Formats: sequence, C-alpha cells, structure tokens
Amino acid sequence: MRELSLHILDVLENGVEAGASRVAATIEEDSEADTMRIEIADNGRGIPKEMIDKVTDPFYTTRKTRHVGLGLPLFAAAARRCEGDLVIQSELGKGTRVIATFRASHIDRAPLGDIPSALLAILLSGRPVDIEYSHRVDKEEFRFDSSEIRRELGDIPLTHPKVWSWLLQFLQEGEASLHAEVSEKQRAAVT
Amino acid sequence: MARLKNVEELKKLRNEAQKDLSVRTQTGTRIIIGMGTCGIAAGAREVMHAVLKELESRKIEAHVETVGCVGMCAQEPLVDIEQAGKSRVRYANITPENVPRLIEEHLIKGQVIQEWAIGRLDARKIQ
Repeated sequence: MRELSLHILDVLENGVEAGASRVAATIEEDSEADTMRIEIADNGRGIPKEMIDKVTDPFYTTRKTRHVGLGLPLFAAAARRCEGDLVIQSELGKGTRVIATFRASHIDRAPLGDIPSALLAILLSGRPVDIEYSHRVDKEEFRFDSSEIRRELGDIPLTHPKVWSWLLQFLQEGEASLHAEVSEKQRAAVT
Repeated sequence: MARLKNVEELKKLRNEAQKDLSVRTQTGTRIIIGMGTCGIAAGAREVMHAVLKELESRKIEAHVETVGCVGMCAQEPLVDIEQAGKSRVRYANITPENVPRLIEEHLIKGQVIQEWAIGRLDARKIQ
C-alpha cells in the first residue's frame, strides 16, 4: 500500500468486522528518537491465542469468501523493512491491539498520507463505530473522538452530507495545524 | 484548539441537518463502497472521496456507507447503488474518474451502466 494511512484504515476496518463498538488509532512521531509508532486498538471479539501467530501469515484467513488474508502481513512487512516491527496483542472477548513501529527516516517508510479520509471511511461504516484518534508529533498533539461529536449531534447520523463534510474539514484542519506548528518550531530552532 | 467554537459549530450543524433529515430518510438512496483490504489496495478510499465530492457538488441527497470485503476481491473497487423501491446494482472496478458518469447516469437519469454493472440484488432481501 502506498500510504501508512491505508494500513491504518485496513486495521481499523478489521476492528469494525470484529464487532467493535469503539476503535482507537494513535500515531506518535518522535523526531529525536527517529521513530514512528502506530497503535490501533479495538474492543471487538479478540483473536484466540492459537490464532495470533497465524494472522500475519498471508495464506491464513478466517474468512470463507476467499483463501488469503493480506492486511496484517502487508502492514508487518511495511514495518519490518523500515527497521521496525509489528506486534499483535489480543484477548478473547476484550479486543485486539496492533502496534507497528518504524524508523521514521528510513528510505522505505511510506508517508502517512491522507489520514482524514481514512478516518472518514470508518466513520461512514455501515456498522456504527466510534473512533478515538490521537496524533502526536513531538510535543504537539491533535485529538479527535467521534463519540463527543455524536453526543452533540443527537439523532443526526454521521453519514449526513453536512456532517461528513464538516468532519472531513475538521480532521484536515487538525492534521494541518499539527504539521504547521511543528515546522514553525523547527524554523524557530534553526534561526 | 478552540473546542468551544467546535461545539457551537456542531449545534448549528445539528439544527441545519435536522431540517432536511425527514426528506432525506424518505428518499433513501444508499451508495455502498467496499472497504476491505482488497478494496483499499485497489483505491476504494479515493473512490469514496470522489463519490462524496460529486454528491456534494451536484447537491444530491444520498447516504454513503463503507462495508468490509464481500469476497469479490478481483473486482474491487466495488460500488453498490440502492434506491428506494428499486433493486440494488453492483458496479465493479470503479475508479474516481468513473464516478461522475456513474452518478449522472444511474442516479440522475436512472439508467444502469450495463458495461460496468456486474449484478443486481433484490433490495428487500438485503439488510
């Protein structure tokens, strides 16, 4: 996949498919340590112990509709070729946590890409699910929790055109402000 | 971040959205986009984006939804269009460039694009 945001969308979608009512994505970028850490957690049905080792095998899937499962193997390969790793923790009935780490400056590290659209794709899911999102770049942070938005909106669904359009803009502005603040500080540090 | 401003904005949004909600639920048009690993890798997120933008610019009332893999991975991105009282039509291998024609012919003119459609499902049987 060309962008890390597509892997994030894919793993969040796994959570939705696992019956989660809540999924969380956390991105931490640390320029001093030269690391990027992506954690995706859900409160879905979880993966049985004997299956955890198998889920990064591309020829393993629980699905009956096809014989391969490429989502997690591709994400693991993306992390491992950047001196990073992918770890899966899961507990039956409680949920699953996927942690991918990268050396941020590695030449093979794909860009994060279009995070707002990836989050919107989950918010428009046919199975309603809430997202808790946090993106930290050094000391700056952008946070978003869709349950707060739902509370304010009452009976108006997130799929309402006025709502998704507002959400997309809100997420785009949040992500942009994060990068603007960081580059502002970098400029100040240089001068 | 100005959180208070966002809450106020949301309240305004809620009031605006409430006004046309009844009209919208009656029209009941749904556009369903496959967002499994196969769909994502084939560009489904960009197709979703194109659909949302096209609906917005033409001011068309429709609900856009994403779903997981339905097992037709080689034909992704898949886009289903369901209109109230009509059968649901599944389109395959849709790119963002296809989206304006899809909306124009299927939603506005009410004609199924035969060369892109791969199936028709009875709307009442799918829930």
